[in-house]
Amino acid sequence: MKTALGPAAFLLAAVLLQGVLPGAAAGAFVDLVLVAVVAVGLRHGRVAGLASGAITGLLQDALGGGILGLSGLGKSVAGYLAGVAATQFIVAGAAARGLVFAGGTLVSAAGFMGLSVLLGLRRYDHPLLEAGSQAIANAAAGVLLLAAWDFAPSVKRWAEAAAERRRKRRSFR
Amino acid sequence: MARRDLSSRAPLLLAAVIVAHVLLVSAQVGTAGGPSLLRTGIVGLVTRLQEGSWLAAGVLRSIVDGYVALWHVREENARLARDAEALRGALAEARASASGTEGLRALAGVRASVPWTTTGARVVAGSASPDYRSVTIDKGARDGVRRNMAVIAQGGVVGRVAIAAASASTVQFVVDRSAAVSGRVERTRSEGIALGNGDATLRFEYLSATADVQPDDAVVTAGLDGIYPAGLALGRVVEVRRAGPAYTRVTIKAAVDFSRLEYVLVIVSPRQPDVAPPRAGAEEGG
Repeated sequence: MKTALGPAAFLLAAVLLQGVLPGAAAGAFVDLVLVAVVAVGLRHGRVAGLASGAITGLLQDALGGGILGLSGLGKSVAGYLAGVAATQFIVAGAAARGLVFAGGTLVSAAGFMGLSVLLGLRRYDHPLLEAGSQAIANAAAGVLLLAAWDFAPSVKRWAEAAAERRRKRRSFR
Repeated sequence: MARRDLSSRAPLLLAAVIVAHVLLVSAQVGTAGGPSLLRTGIVGLVTRLQEGSWLAAGVLRSIVDGYVALWHVREENARLARDAEALRGALAEARASASGTEGLRALAGVRASVPWTTTGARVVAGSASPDYRSVTIDKGARDGVRRNMAVIAQGGVVGRVAIAAASASTVQFVVDRSAAVSGRVERTRSEGIALGNGDATLRFEYLSATADVQPDDAVVTAGLDGIYPAGLALGRVVEVRRAGPAYTRVTIKAAVDFSRLEYVLVIVSPRQPDVAPPRAGAEEGG
């Protein structure tokens, strides 16, 4: 239960952050929620990726006013596949991570666009171009996110050491 | 142990989740019913959090804007020391504008000029997904806002209320890919359906082959869809392509700048106006 709280808070933060992105610029291309789902899949495994994709997809559909389940389908599969990729391959370098994020975006886009077109809800003039540009943007955001995630423990250690030094200096005085 | 069990059944879980999603989507397609309790519940709950994050982002943005503005003022001061007073005035104006008073003033002007009963609302969150073009506003069912009410802003039509939770609502933009509005070319009265392209434009379809449409024509709502009253500014034609007599592509640039929305008006009483509605493009300055 305790281990689920971290990813849940992380995913909620991604949903809220996506809502404050300027729509005309970054918000139209980067799907931070999908980036977070793939990151959870990579870090916590396929079940966590699957669950986070289903839940956040439901949230996005509910908040966006669309049909519930449209976003969740692709995102669940993307999160699951990210978890599978993390166990089957070494996903440590920036290129490998970028590929996973880009692949996850394409899978998610295929689910959303495919269902939307199939049900006659939306029309896409250039679906490949749109999915491709979002895949690149999400890959860049995902690589940066995981780099920051990797870097976080070092920053924490550095901050703790600095605090320790200050405490010693104060006690010495 | 339980975790290992769950992990070993992951492919089954995946299949179950896919089937559940397909069933969920199927259950909603083709129904004329309103939004589900689940949906309104989610919107009501998450909007509170979104409002907080929107405010935090606003503070952050104003700090950055303030820093940039200060930097510009300093630069101007260095070059034009004698105009220091004028620059201070400009800075004060920029601050007033940043705090949203300008938007409110403009909206008050729009409110006075439309013949329908409206309620003003503040945008509290953007879209939670790049696949949807929508915003969340701080007025809901408690304030008399209902599903499918038209939402307007200074420039023209913004969209419709897609979900009305208790104290917040989701507004679907007219440029959303699944949005459609009956439109009319103001100059020639030619009617068609404007469908959202997902960016800042709409495509004008179902036009008669004899219709006369030219670039820069103003397009207004036709009032035939039961949501938007007639005569509201929708946008201007920016592209017309024809193949023989038939129109192959007519693109409209939306009258409203959706990336800068702060305040909107919800038309809560869509009764037929007694007086003529405002002319299309009246707020556009040309």
